Amino acid sequence: MSGALEQDTRDTALPPERLACELARVWRTPPGLLGFIGTVDHKRIAHRYIATAFVFLALGGVLALAMRLQLARPEARLIGPDRYNQIFTMHGATMMFLFAVPVMEAMAVYLVPLMVGTRNIAFPRLNAFSYWIYLAGGILLWAAFAIDMGPDVGWFAYVPLSGPNYGSGKRADIWAQMITFTELAALAVAVEIVVTVLKQRAPGMSLDRIPLFVWSMLVTAFAVIGALPAIMVASTSLILDRLVGTHFYNPSEGGDVLLWQHLFWFFGHPEVYIIFLPAVGMVSTIITTFARRPVFGYLALVLSAISTGVLAFGLWVHHMFATGLPRLGESFFTASSMAIAIPNGVQIFCWLATLALGRPVLRVPMLFVLAFFFTFIIGGMTGVMVASVPLDTQVHDTYFVVAHFHYVLIGGSVFPLIGAVYYWFPKITGRMMSEYVGRWVAGLLFAGFNLTFFPMHILGLIGMPRRVYTYPASLSWGGLNLFVSMSAVVLALGFLLFFVDALRSMRGGAVAGSDPWGAPTLEWATPSPPPSYNFAYIPVVNGLYPLWDDATGVNVATGLRVDRRELIVSSVTEARPEARESSPRNSVWPFWTAIATSVVLIWSIFSPWAVVWGSVPIGIALIGWFWPKATPEDLA
Amino acid sequence: MTRALAILLAIALTTGGCKREQRDLRTDPPVAAALNDVAVLPGGFGGGIGGALPPVLSVLGYPFDGNAYQLGEGKRLYGGFNCEGCHAQGGGVTGPALTDGWWRYGPDRVSIFVTLRDGRPHGMPAFGGRLTTDQLWQLTGYIRSMGAFLPPSGAPSRNDEMQARPSENRTPAAMPPRMAPSR
Amino acid sequence: MSSARHRFPYAIVTPLLLAACSGAQSAFTPGSPQSQALRSLFWLMTIVCGVIWLLVMLSLILAIWRRGPAALAGSPQERRATMVVGTCVMATVAVIAALTVVSYAATRRMAEAGAEEPLTIRVRASQWWWEVEYPDTIASHGFITANEIHVPVGRPVRVELEAADVIHSFWVPGIAGKLDTIPGRTNTLTFTARHIGVYRGQCAEFCGLQHAHMALLLVVQDPRGFARWEDVQRTQAVTPSDTEQMRGREVLVSRQCAACHTVRGTMASGRLGPDLTHIGGRAFLAAGLLPVTRGSLAAWVADPQTLKPGNNMPLVPLSPDDLRAVSAYLAALR
Repeated sequence: MSGALEQDTRDTALPPERLACELARVWRTPPGLLGFIGTVDHKRIAHRYIATAFVFLALGGVLALAMRLQLARPEARLIGPDRYNQIFTMHGATMMFLFAVPVMEAMAVYLVPLMVGTRNIAFPRLNAFSYWIYLAGGILLWAAFAIDMGPDVGWFAYVPLSGPNYGSGKRADIWAQMITFTELAALAVAVEIVVTVLKQRAPGMSLDRIPLFVWSMLVTAFAVIGALPAIMVASTSLILDRLVGTHFYNPSEGGDVLLWQHLFWFFGHPEVYIIFLPAVGMVSTIITTFARRPVFGYLALVLSAISTGVLAFGLWVHHMFATGLPRLGESFFTASSMAIAIPNGVQIFCWLATLALGRPVLRVPMLFVLAFFFTFIIGGMTGVMVASVPLDTQVHDTYFVVAHFHYVLIGGSVFPLIGAVYYWFPKITGRMMSEYVGRWVAGLLFAGFNLTFFPMHILGLIGMPRRVYTYPASLSWGGLNLFVSMSAVVLALGFLLFFVDALRSMRGGAVAGSDPWGAPTLEWATPSPPPSYNFAYIPVVNGLYPLWDDATGVNVATGLRVDRRELIVSSVTEARPEARESSPRNSVWPFWTAIATSVVLIWSIFSPWAVVWGSVPIGIALIGWFWPKATPEDLA
Repeated sequence: MTRALAILLAIALTTGGCKREQRDLRTDPPVAAALNDVAVLPGGFGGGIGGALPPVLSVLGYPFDGNAYQLGEGKRLYGGFNCEGCHAQGGGVTGPALTDGWWRYGPDRVSIFVTLRDGRPHGMPAFGGRLTTDQLWQLTGYIRSMGAFLPPSGAPSRNDEMQARPSENRTPAAMPPRMAPSR
Repeated sequence: MSSARHRFPYAIVTPLLLAACSGAQSAFTPGSPQSQALRSLFWLMTIVCGVIWLLVMLSLILAIWRRGPAALAGSPQERRATMVVGTCVMATVAVIAALTVVSYAATRRMAEAGAEEPLTIRVRASQWWWEVEYPDTIASHGFITANEIHVPVGRPVRVELEAADVIHSFWVPGIAGKLDTIPGRTNTLTFTARHIGVYRGQCAEFCGLQHAHMALLLVVQDPRGFARWEDVQRTQAVTPSDTEQMRGREVLVSRQCAACHTVRGTMASGRLGPDLTHIGGRAFLAAGLLPVTRGSLAAWVADPQTLKPGNNMPLVPLSPDDLRAVSAYLAALR
């Protein structure tokens, strides 16, 4: 078995068992610590990414419970203002930057290569680097919080409160630099996804045969590339203001405090869709599988995802309606904010039509899709309300908005995500999650969520502002707040049960087999969990639903070398095979690069000289990373 | 493993970071009274006036030497109590300059505190009746950061104003003892 | 179910409407045409959105309960579905466009100002209180107060909003929507109060440690009552009427208090904290934290950092007698 292969051995030259064995040898991750930090397997990295993101979800959830504990009674003194401000900042920053965006991208890192039928993600070493940088950013933020150095300026960090004059210490810098870490990681993954989707699709998977989840991730990845530079510019200029005394946000020296808000929300609004669009893809995927028929309106769904991604960049000002901008400008952003309801409506109608035309099977992932419909549409409706300038001036920065965006983010993203975890868990681990426990999880999350967040609409309308660490007893907000706090416990129990189910099923769940749901997309064409090389032969696609279209099995392309990591590069629109491309081997250099980068980023909070001296180790690590191996890269 | 690393990192940072970022918002009246307990002696730091610090400061962990919040409060008081009226942005107009690192009564903490509390001849008013003891110490700490007698990590950054000088965390570190400026 | 939910706020709102004179802070307390317009806009949108939501939920239930084989691509059912989805999309576009136009109309309606010369008030937001200035062409007629705004009913009011430090947001829900105070800019809010009453407001933009305790009161009075109030505010502080108050004034002037606070007519002329000339006549102290009574004034002076941690008032150590005297004097400053 282990006999060395000849140079240029092709998969056609080997019998299937021998081929699997050789592929496993070429693509394997060695055991031990070096293997752990050096792996570039997209599945192993995505695994870590997802697990870490869910750890941050749990941490952020604990913070939410702490806030609800403090707010349960008026004038409570459990948590002081200083700690409370850190807690709500950490909650927002953790959920947005360390959970929502990373977990969606991590799902894509796992699934996109499988769904487009390739053997690894594009730029796998960049992928490894991305995870380590993300982890470092998360540790930085939470370590700072542990030592009373956590940011206390809100996840939006408005200047001048977060600026040099009013934000003493390094707390705001920690927030700003955490942004650099996580956005670096997110940008890296976005680039990988774009290239994987556009250049590594299986032969025959032309643009109109791309699974909807992959389309969603492609749009998301472009949105990431468009939006995240704005926040990196903003956070870096904030650090410069604070550290070396530049004047980006100082009105007296020609700066502008509103510039911050424009930059922040130019990122911050697309961010919502960066979190939401992957969920749209998940919903489409789950509905297709469980309605047992092709999705209705594939083209409409693709186009509405794209138009959502484009429109997302044209409505950031609706976060700034209370700043006193000119009325004409505000009107424009009212119209654009309202307009984004249209592509979302199209999606919902298409899904409803799919369900109506199919024979829906109500398994656990579908339950979460139903919960998604119920809650997300409410969030969308309140979204239309806050898009109206006069209404927004009343509800902006109140608990009405808190309720609105939790309906959109939890209802619109987290419910589909949990559904997606139930859906793809068998693929990732090879075992099923419990159907029985899953129904309880769905029920608890759904009930807990609505009981927690619906009353917040009312709290906001009767005047309770956001981000207050306590409130007076005389304003009769106490009863609803107590109710909300108690409901939050139900919601937390739902999440707890979900974690327990996931951990238990990982070892003890029923064995899944390669396609337990009878799903149509390519990731189900390979064993569960997939081997390190994903597919023994690269599949060839003839339609949108390869596993449904051809009952006899998927066609395959052959002729790839087995003695080194190879995959197929195909053309952008029609996915005609163009070249055999070598895929990078394992390397520990991305890890060292991430360490060196982390040192520079953290050090540069304290001294600008970090950028000078810290670039030396980064340079060394990059030289190691890109050291030429004297092997030809591409073979046409 | 990553978890263990995180915990280690947290422990390592706790010793350093904690003190600098803590926000003690309230000083107990007995502590405030004890903060007034200074003894002035000649021959302090840099050849100027020196003295014995209030013993309670060591119990508190010398918050006015590096705690970012306390120094920031000092900066707020510097602006609010119109220190700029005489010392301007530290450059000095009717009062002497504060940013050049050479001070008439020396850079010793006790000396600065006493200067603020009791005033000095030729126009420096006494602030003992206008600021509480802990505020006087906040201001003392801040003034030392203006003269760069404190490490830059806790020192405040620039103001949201017209910039007339480098911010406290960008001033070059002082190298005491300094020669008197020749003017 | 949904309509029951949407009516739910009424159950809470109605008692609040009745309690408006006690200073409610609700978007449903209509004290001005602006907030009334807002309220009707809100209910219109809620009802439209609620109905749409119900319809979608209904069709979801129908879609799931439907029995029968899956319809294949190209089947008559699918063609019918295409028609239905197309109609729904059209309807969505129409509803969205209509709501947008309604929103524009409301904006216009709310911007309409009366012909009358407005009363101008300058509000300067600081961490964590509001300085309120009533400027006058005759300098001695202008005056400064804090955390409490009085306006005459029926007369347009122009509030010029400035920030002393960070961004705050001026928000009195019963009167108008919120408007930020932004360093380096002046924002202007115009409204006309139509109903006499007391409206509570609160800072709505996160502004640091004590963002939670940064409230203000807006008192809408009849014109004569307002004129009387103005006359009182223009006067200097009352002279102490007994020896305790006399001592209180002395303590206030000689101790740290005077460095930050102004009591017009005394040596106290600090500008860092709120003007105390008529503190005894205000309803609340420390930006809505406590009602003004002699006891709460004493508690506040004795330990401001426990009651409102992180605010800019230091704990000034006073002897029990001094504390009693100061609180007596402050309570007398009507």
